[in-house]
Parts: sequence; C-alpha cells; structure tokens
Amino acid sequence: MEQMKKLQKSNLFSAYQLVKRILLGRQGNDGFIFKLFVYGLLISVGFVYLYPILYLVSQSFKSLEDLLDPTVLWIPQKFFFDNFTQAWHVLNYMDTFWNSVLNSVVPAIGQTVSCAVVGYGLAKFRFPGKNIIFALMMITFIVPNQVVMIPLYLMFNEYHMLGSSLPFIIPTIFAQGIKGVLFILIYTQFFRTIPVSLEEAAQMDGAGFIRTFFQLILPISMPAIVVVMLFSTVWHWNETYLTSLYLGDSMTTLPLQLKTFNDSFARLYGGGQAVGGKQNINESIRMAGTLLIVLPLLVLYMFAQRRFVEVVDKTGITGE
Amino acid sequence: MSKLKVTKKMREALTGYVLVLPWVIGFLLFMAYPIYYSIFLSFNRVTISAEGIVTQYIKTDNYKYAFLDDPEFVEKLLLFIKSAVGMIPIIIVFSMLVALLINQPIKAKGLFRAIFFLPVVITSGEVVNELFSQGATAIPLVEKYGIIEIIKDNLSPAWSSPIINLIQQLILILWFSGVQILIFLAGLQKVNKQVYEAASIDGASPWVSFWKVTLPAIKPFIAVNMIYTTVDLFTNSFSDVIEVIKANMFNLTTGFGYATALAWIYFGVIFVFLLFILLLFRNNDDVTVRRKRRSA
Repeated sequence: MEQMKKLQKSNLFSAYQLVKRILLGRQGNDGFIFKLFVYGLLISVGFVYLYPILYLVSQSFKSLEDLLDPTVLWIPQKFFFDNFTQAWHVLNYMDTFWNSVLNSVVPAIGQTVSCAVVGYGLAKFRFPGKNIIFALMMITFIVPNQVVMIPLYLMFNEYHMLGSSLPFIIPTIFAQGIKGVLFILIYTQFFRTIPVSLEEAAQMDGAGFIRTFFQLILPISMPAIVVVMLFSTVWHWNETYLTSLYLGDSMTTLPLQLKTFNDSFARLYGGGQAVGGKQNINESIRMAGTLLIVLPLLVLYMFAQRRFVEVVDKTGITGE
Repeated sequence: MSKLKVTKKMREALTGYVLVLPWVIGFLLFMAYPIYYSIFLSFNRVTISAEGIVTQYIKTDNYKYAFLDDPEFVEKLLLFIKSAVGMIPIIIVFSMLVALLINQPIKAKGLFRAIFFLPVVITSGEVVNELFSQGATAIPLVEKYGIIEIIKDNLSPAWSSPIINLIQQLILILWFSGVQILIFLAGLQKVNKQVYEAASIDGASPWVSFWKVTLPAIKPFIAVNMIYTTVDLFTNSFSDVIEVIKANMFNLTTGFGYATALAWIYFGVIFVFLLFILLLFRNNDDVTVRRKRRSA
C-alpha cells in the first residue's frame, strides 16, 4: 500500500516534470509556450509587414462595384483586370520600364564592379593613408545629398549631361553614386573573410593580382555581388528626386510616372468629376499602377533573396 | 634581403593605391569639389542668367534669413527633429526584436527573413507615398479600438499630436527597419554560442542572458544602427525639410544660394545628432580599465 502510493507519487512527479519540460523547455527557450510566443509574434509582425502589400494586391483587382461595396473586404467578387490594362497604358509601361532599367541597372552594374575593386583594395592591401580614406568615406556617407546636389546639378549642367542617364552612370564608375560607401563596406567585410592562404596559393601558381581577383576572388564572392547588385538596382530604381532633377522632361521612370498618374490618366481616358460618360480614375487603378511599378523589384527580390540571407550569415555586413 | 622586403611592401601599397584610385578620383570630382562649392554658394546670392551662374557675395545673409525671416524653415525643422527623436528608438528597438526573433531556431526561417527584408526593396518615396495616401500603411486595429481618442483625451496637444503621428505611421516606421534588422542579425551571429551555454549552466534564464550576454555583445551594432537610421531618416525623401530645400532651389527670390545654406544648416543638425549618438555609445569600459591598471 505504502509502496503503491510512493510509486504513484513518483509517476505523478515525472509526468509533471515531462509536462513542464514540454511547456517550458530545458533552458527556458525551447519549450512549447516560448515557441508559441515566438511564432505568434513572428506571424503577427509579419502580417503587419505584409499588410500594405496585401492591401495593394487586393485593391488592385477590384472593380468599381467591389470598391464601393463595403462587404467586399479582401477578395474581390471577380478578378478585374481592366485596372491593369488601364494603368499599363497610363504608365506607358514598356517605354518607361526600359528607361527605369537604364537608370537603375546600368548604374548598379557600375557600382557592383567599381565598389568591388575599391573594396578589394581596402580589404587585402596595406598602404599608408588607408585610415584617411576610410574616414573620408564615412564623411561622404553622412553628408546629406542635398548639400552636394546643387553644385552637382550645376556641374552636370556645364557638361551638358542633364537630360540623360550620364549623371547617374558616371559617378558609379568611380564607386560613388547612391550609397556607394555602403557597398564598398559590404565588399570589404566580405573579402576580409576570404583566407589569405587562398590568394597566396594562387600567387604561387603564378597568377598576378588581376588574375587572382577575377578568377579566384570574384567567383567565390557571388553572394556579396548579388546583394550589392540588388540593393543598388533597387535604390536607383526607387530614386525619384534626383531622377526628376537630372532627367528633366526628357525621360521618365516608372516611379516618376506615379507622380503624374492622375494627369496622365485624365489625358488618356478623359475624366474629371463633371464630365458624364467618361471614365473616372479610382483607387483601384492607382493601386494597379503602383503594383506594376513594384512588380519588377519583387521579381528581382524573389531571385536574389536566397543569396541575401547567405551573405548575412557568412560575413555580417558591418563591424569587425 | 631587406631591399627585397621593401620593394614587396611598396608593391603591395602601390597595388592598393591603384585599386582605391577610382574612389579617390570620384571623391574629388563628386564630393570634395561640390562640398567646397556648396559652402561657397551658401554665402552668395546666386542668379542664373543667360551667360551662366552669377554669384554675389552677401556674407551670412542666407543663414540669417533662414532663422529670422523664413516663415516655414525653422518650424519644419523643429517638427522634423521631434518626429526623428521619436522614430529612432522605435526603429532600433523594433529591428532588434525582429532580429532576435528570426535568429531563433525556427521553422520556415527563410520565409520569415524574406518577409522582413521585403520593405528594403519597395520602400521608395513615390510608392510609399501612394500607399500612405490610400491608407494602406495605417493599422486598422488602431482606429477600431479608439486608441487615438484615448491619447487625445489624456495628453496635451503638444505631446499627443506627435504620438498620434507615430502610431499612424507605424507600418512606415517598421518598414524603415529592413537594413537595421540585417545589421542586427549579422551582429547576433557573431555572439559566441558557448557564452550562452555557460550562462544557462550557471542558471541564467533567457531573459537574464539577453540583458547580460546579448545586449552587451551587440552594443556596437546598436550604435551603427542608430547612425544608419539617423542618416537614413534625415536624407530620405519624406523629410519636410528637404522639401523646403528643394522648393527654394528653383525659387526665383531665394535661389541656389539660399537652398545650399539651408542644406548646410540641415547638415549641422544631422551632425549634432550623430555626435550625440557617438557620445552616448562612447566606450566607458576602456577608460575605467585603464584607470584601474594605472592605480594598481
């Protein structure tokens, strides 16, 4: 009897221990409750993050009836593609798309190459004055664009480069341009993680530093290259102020078109409140336009995303 | 022998210089000269005529005008500083939280990371403006439960309006933390895993080990992030101050000279912010250690 009771008690105790271990975990951060908490937070924050995009997608497929119908919240009654065809025409999509590519991908290639070269020099070679160069870089990172914007505008004006993509492309050849310093730092960090012995082995085999750089360093630096290329493309793509300043009226990019969306729409389809019979612009069409503008970036991100995480895991972007 | 060593060293240095040269040229062309020229312009009245740019030296009149006569500049600047002071800590705390979360051993890690870095790709002025004006960046829950009314009723308008502003822009604020999350994540991965094990053997709960192990380890990254956030906030296209600068650039009565003066005042403000951050994160430990050693 006594023994039975003891056995029962110890059974109960071990059951309690088990439940406790499952719920709270061994170290306090691997238990069920903690996991639930983590996933709950992740999912809810993730939702808040995605909310504008979900809203964008859902809204862009709504017809006017769905838009006005308060019972239609997220999923439209039927998918309405007219918004997209209209927005496509309003944005003059194909022409503007290629302009955008010209003003983002070409400078991005420039930055990807030139910043890699500079980053390699900073990461792997010792020379007097390196700290001065680092300090100057930090200064250029901090100085707001607006300070140099006006002189640069005047300078590009002198060289008759305004109205073309050259004011974007030429600085990137010299490892400048939008957030150039950040890219140099990313490369420097990445190259530092490549063991010196690898380069020494290549040099033993008789490779000069140019060959070492192109045949050895660059191929294994793909993650860093992808990240720089992605960031640079995206930031150039999204830049509207400098583009409107430098390009003037001669060229327009997709994000710039969004600024004048209403006017272009009115020009193409008529509109205005008083005019009957003609079509009016609504939020759904604007949202479809917005979606069309971010779509290329989303596609790009989908491809680059894996590398993106890789480079963080491998190097860490900042600090020693 | 020693001669050979020197030449090898020189060769290395030379190669280094050649590699860095493009940046130096670019710096001189697109940074150093424009900076010098913009300081020059800020002390001038600049008019653009058919022959080109005409400058007329007017001493510090541009700066005086900005502070004493301009009806909107100082007001916009102060408002912007206020909102930046509110936003920077929120962005830092939030991005640290997210980085901590996705650094956990969780399932679908890749998916969550993809989601949290997504805003880096689409946060552009125009697109976000569009989303903002359509109300896509306001969290519906906040409106539903009348949180804004509660704040309005309980606080003086001087404090409630910036807070309400913050809440209404919450998603926007969160969206500005993509790069910061990345930086924190990189920092977290550099924390030695064994330290956590040792701490948990000593009986430290996750809560304690966060404060005693994680936080000190990522302190430098907090500084980096604060600097990045400050620069990012002040130089992105949402800044009203930048709007004022832009407006003055092509304003016939004020012009380029005045606009550069405003840009430099703005730079001064950013600089003060950064100095403050650096002061805040100055490494006190080193100083005390040194002092102790000296006394010993």
